[in-house]
Amino acid sequence: MTSVDFGTGLTLAAILFVIGLAGVIARRNIIMILLSIEIMMNAAGLAVIVAGARWGQPDGQAVFLFILAVAAAEIAVGLALILRIHHRIKSLDSDDYTQMKG
Amino acid sequence: MILLWLIVILLVGGLLAWIAGLRRERLARWVSLLTLGADLVLVIAYWIGHPGPISSSGRWLTEVNWVWIPRFGIRLHLGWDGLSLMMVALSLLLGFLSVLGSWTQIKDRVGFFHFNILWIIAGIVGVFLALDLFLFYFFWEMMLIPMYFLIGIWGHRDRIYASFKFFIFTQASGLFMLVSILALYFIQGRSSGLYSFDYKHLINASLSPGQSFLLTMGFLAAFLVKLPAFPLHTWLPSAHTEAPTAGSVILAGLMLKTGAYGILRFVLPFFPETSHQLAPAAMILGVIGILYGAKLAFAQNDLKRLVAYTSISHMGFVLLGAFSGNALALQGVVLQMICHGVSTGALFILVGIIDERIQTRDIGQMGGLWARAPRMGAAGMLFAMASLGLPGLGNFIAEFLILLGTFKVDRLMAVLGSLGLVASTVYALWMVQRVFHGEPKSPRQMADLNPREILVLASLGLIIIWLGVYPQPVLDAARPSVAGMIARPGGAGPAPPLVQDREYPKQAVEPEAEVPRQRER
Amino acid sequence: MLDLLWMVPALPLTGYLILALLGRRLSRSGVAAVGVGSVALSALLSVRVAFSFVSSFHQTPVYVQRLWTWLNAFDFRPSVALRLDALSLVFVLVVTIVGFLIHLYSTEFMAEDEGFRRFFAYLNLFIASMLILVLADNLLVLYLGWEGVGLCSYLLIGFWYKDPANGYAARKAFIITRVGDTALAVGIFVLYVGLGTLEIQGLVDQAAAKWLPGSSAAVAAAALLLGGAIGKSAQLPLQTWLPDAMAGPTPVSALIHAATMVTAGVYLMVRMHGIFELAPVIMIITAVIGALTLLMAGFSALSQVDIKRVLAYSTISQVGYMFLAVGVGAWSAAVFHFLTHACFKALLFLGAGVIILGLDHEHNIFKMGGLRKKVPFVFWTFLAGACSLAALPLVTAGFYSKDLILWAAWSSPGGSAWLWAAGVVGTFLTAAYTFRMVFITFFGPLKSPFQLKPGFRLKAPLLVLAFLSIVAGFLEMPESLGNLPVLSRFLGSVLPGLGGGNIGRQIWLQVFTSGVVLAGISIAYVLFRRRFDETQRFLGTPAPARIDRFFYAGWGMDTLYDRLFVRPVEWLARIDPDDFVDLIFKGIARLNAALHIILARTQTGRLNWYAMGMALGAVILLALAVWL
Repeated sequence: MTSVDFGTGLTLAAILFVIGLAGVIARRNIIMILLSIEIMMNAAGLAVIVAGARWGQPDGQAVFLFILAVAAAEIAVGLALILRIHHRIKSLDSDDYTQMKG
Repeated sequence: MILLWLIVILLVGGLLAWIAGLRRERLARWVSLLTLGADLVLVIAYWIGHPGPISSSGRWLTEVNWVWIPRFGIRLHLGWDGLSLMMVALSLLLGFLSVLGSWTQIKDRVGFFHFNILWIIAGIVGVFLALDLFLFYFFWEMMLIPMYFLIGIWGHRDRIYASFKFFIFTQASGLFMLVSILALYFIQGRSSGLYSFDYKHLINASLSPGQSFLLTMGFLAAFLVKLPAFPLHTWLPSAHTEAPTAGSVILAGLMLKTGAYGILRFVLPFFPETSHQLAPAAMILGVIGILYGAKLAFAQNDLKRLVAYTSISHMGFVLLGAFSGNALALQGVVLQMICHGVSTGALFILVGIIDERIQTRDIGQMGGLWARAPRMGAAGMLFAMASLGLPGLGNFIAEFLILLGTFKVDRLMAVLGSLGLVASTVYALWMVQRVFHGEPKSPRQMADLNPREILVLASLGLIIIWLGVYPQPVLDAARPSVAGMIARPGGAGPAPPLVQDREYPKQAVEPEAEVPRQRER
Repeated sequence: MLDLLWMVPALPLTGYLILALLGRRLSRSGVAAVGVGSVALSALLSVRVAFSFVSSFHQTPVYVQRLWTWLNAFDFRPSVALRLDALSLVFVLVVTIVGFLIHLYSTEFMAEDEGFRRFFAYLNLFIASMLILVLADNLLVLYLGWEGVGLCSYLLIGFWYKDPANGYAARKAFIITRVGDTALAVGIFVLYVGLGTLEIQGLVDQAAAKWLPGSSAAVAAAALLLGGAIGKSAQLPLQTWLPDAMAGPTPVSALIHAATMVTAGVYLMVRMHGIFELAPVIMIITAVIGALTLLMAGFSALSQVDIKRVLAYSTISQVGYMFLAVGVGAWSAAVFHFLTHACFKALLFLGAGVIILGLDHEHNIFKMGGLRKKVPFVFWTFLAGACSLAALPLVTAGFYSKDLILWAAWSSPGGSAWLWAAGVVGTFLTAAYTFRMVFITFFGPLKSPFQLKPGFRLKAPLLVLAFLSIVAGFLEMPESLGNLPVLSRFLGSVLPGLGGGNIGRQIWLQVFTSGVVLAGISIAYVLFRRRFDETQRFLGTPAPARIDRFFYAGWGMDTLYDRLFVRPVEWLARIDPDDFVDLIFKGIARLNAALHIILARTQTGRLNWYAMGMALGAVILLALAVWL
């Protein structure tokens, strides 16, 4: 199959990354923040795969598998924490999580 | 070896006092007193055994020169000449008398209190003895922390503010000095190939005018804050006022002298051209200190604060004389360091005694104390007269020599400094009037001085009278040191070294080799 | 015997030490014995030393006793040394003998006072300091004595310390004289830096060799020495402390503020005549200051109500005559007047003291009166002193000394007719105010009850001093009247003399002066005895009353100094008790606190904020890494 242009792939990864970053910064719902973090991780994975394809090395895809595993673990822990917080504070609005202020 | 013993006895004594204090309070006081007494006896025995005039080449009388951190060229190098000998003697004497004078003042954590006192004095003695610049800085900082505790724990009402202010001022300025020391170390190391912190080594550094200026300012930052010189003096009133009596005596009598000592021992010999350049500005600061300090003293209602401001005024004379570059004035500076320590120390002890009796330092509530306690009044009058420079007491000779020497160099500054004689009269007589004269304000009886207090104040009084009538021993001891401090203006390059290298084989030069211990002279 | 010179000041000093340290164990009579005894022994010893000195006078006109080297700092090596020559001998004798008489008087005067021991301790210390001052062989030792007498003056003016007004007067005296002392100190610097020595003989020799007449160094040194003298001797413009110094006990006023300390300035100038002669402009200034002061003080004395203040202004005036003499180069005339003045002024003060004591501490002369019949002994001795002060012709010591000064003012190369005229007007004023005091105090009806029987110790000094006030003048008979200048010949070993003059003119001037004196006495008689009520009424009318108040307040100089110096200094102290420089550092601290508050706002606790922070930081770091 035809290979994707290196620059295009990286640009796509960058755009995805920025979308994810914007989501983390701008959104208030904690679940949506987690989702955005996922997007950022996937963007990073895409960048790695495209780079692997560019250099013709399998390392890119190996790292992507690694990223998948990390993302899954992180989602699991994150969701568990959110469940606990929600149990406490009864809110999913990140603006309400300010007890660690100052 | 005596040098090392002096410091070690103090350090160990401090620890012992702390431990003793955990058992029984009174024991801690006695341990402290005995430690200081032992050290004092050692120093006096040495002084008597090596009477002046010390030989004129400026060699150190005794030295201890051990390897410490050879990797960086740091050695445990202690030594004294006439000047440092007298400063050490003064330190131990004032330490002893301040402990004795404030015997009953401290009621809680007595052991820790005396630990702090002894370690402060150890630091001060170390400052006066250190001949390795890193070691000097080490002792300089060592004076700091216990004093911070002293003020912060056993002080008066505003003690936290005062201790913080003291700490920040001295620490920050000390950091400037550290930078200068390191810079000097690197510059001299690069140019001579040998990296060492030793005094004799660094004094030979050849510096460009710009480098010399910056380094001088670094050192001066620390010393001018300690002195204290206008406008870096504002830490002093709070620190002196809020500290417990022993703390105030040590602060005023000794710590301020470390600043003056630093200028005499390091700034003037290391950077003669820059010192000469800075002299007019420094002398102006000295004169401002004299007059402004006196004016502020006159304005105070807190007796201890009043005495604190007089310290600024008297040390203004020291700054004036130190930068005049004149031998007579420098002799006066050394004498003033001693006389001021004695007379102001005595005044602080007296204030502490009054405070202990009537539980206030507010002058507005005092008055007529002479009628109640005539011995106290007489002591107050004596030391007030010392403060205003009455002939017959040591301070007069010191201030006279400073002004006479300065007159040779800069007439205007000397005349302005002489106005300090009038200014000091105003505040001294004002203090005597409001505290001792007049009608007693309250019908309460006040006990006159008890034998212990008489012993302390009488000793200080006798010393100040002796220095006024026969100051020769001090002048003789200081002479060779002073001769080495006189700047050589207008010459290119640094002044030749104070100490002839002939005497000392190049031990500091080979950090790799194990150097045998220097035998005591 | 001369080598016992050091004991002359040492004896009173020992007396002080004994009284200060052990005095509490002694009884009243013990204290008196030590106090009076030390000065008596010192006086006897000085007489003995005087005999030895005079007998060997022609071989050794100067005797120097070196005691020890005070300090040795490089080239500065003053020693503690005593110098006995004609000048210091005269002063020593006056100080010890008059001092002894006053000490004796004080044992009875201060008998009821609880500070008896303290009084004699301070008085002994004073005598010791004054002796050190006049016997000093170098200026540093002189300065020691100079400040010592200042200290004792402070302690004794404020002796009754319970009253703050006394403390105020004492402080005023010390501070004003300290201004003069500082001028003297700077003068010492100038002399040392210019001539390389502080020894009296050395200074005289070096100055003559190195400094040209009128050179700026000589003028500066002389001006500064004059400044010191003005302070100590209460001359214009530093005279305001002396009238207030009357707050001290009367013997103190007699000893310190009449006979001895206030003449220390005159002593200094006469001692340093070598320097002054090299600065003629300063001599002129000295004479003018003397003339102006004697006039001002004379007018002020006319308005005083407190008997001690009359005498205080009189002292200022008479010291003005001594300054006038110094200024015209009549050195021995100044010393002669010092001698006679010590006798009659001490007498007047001691007599006033008896009166004050007898009237239960009443000082106001208008509340006195009729004492002539009540205490005739005091009256006659007081009259002897008053006549001497007024310079009653031929029979009083004051006449001879004052006349010598007037003659010098007229005839010497430094003198002028104006100076002479000032002196003559001053003589008129002196006679007037003196006899005003006499008439109001001793004549007329008895206004307050006098309840004291003066004992031997009060009366004997009065008698001796009265005798001296009359007889001491015969030490120096002018050319027109017998030509017996014993004193000036004696002093001639140290001081340059004045040339002789036209004897005829001298007689004319003496006759004129005598007339002025008699006129003054007569006017006083008319105004204050004969027409007393009319005079008082006249002084009550607006214009004369204002002038009277002006003179009474010392020509307004106290108010002037209060506005010019005292209030500004107090204002300076009041506006800045906490040190404005501290504001800089407090400002730094506040800046830190403000920064803290600002930065603390970034700790919002909000997740999104922190995430943004991390992102921003990462972006910046990456940008730096890429572009640098």
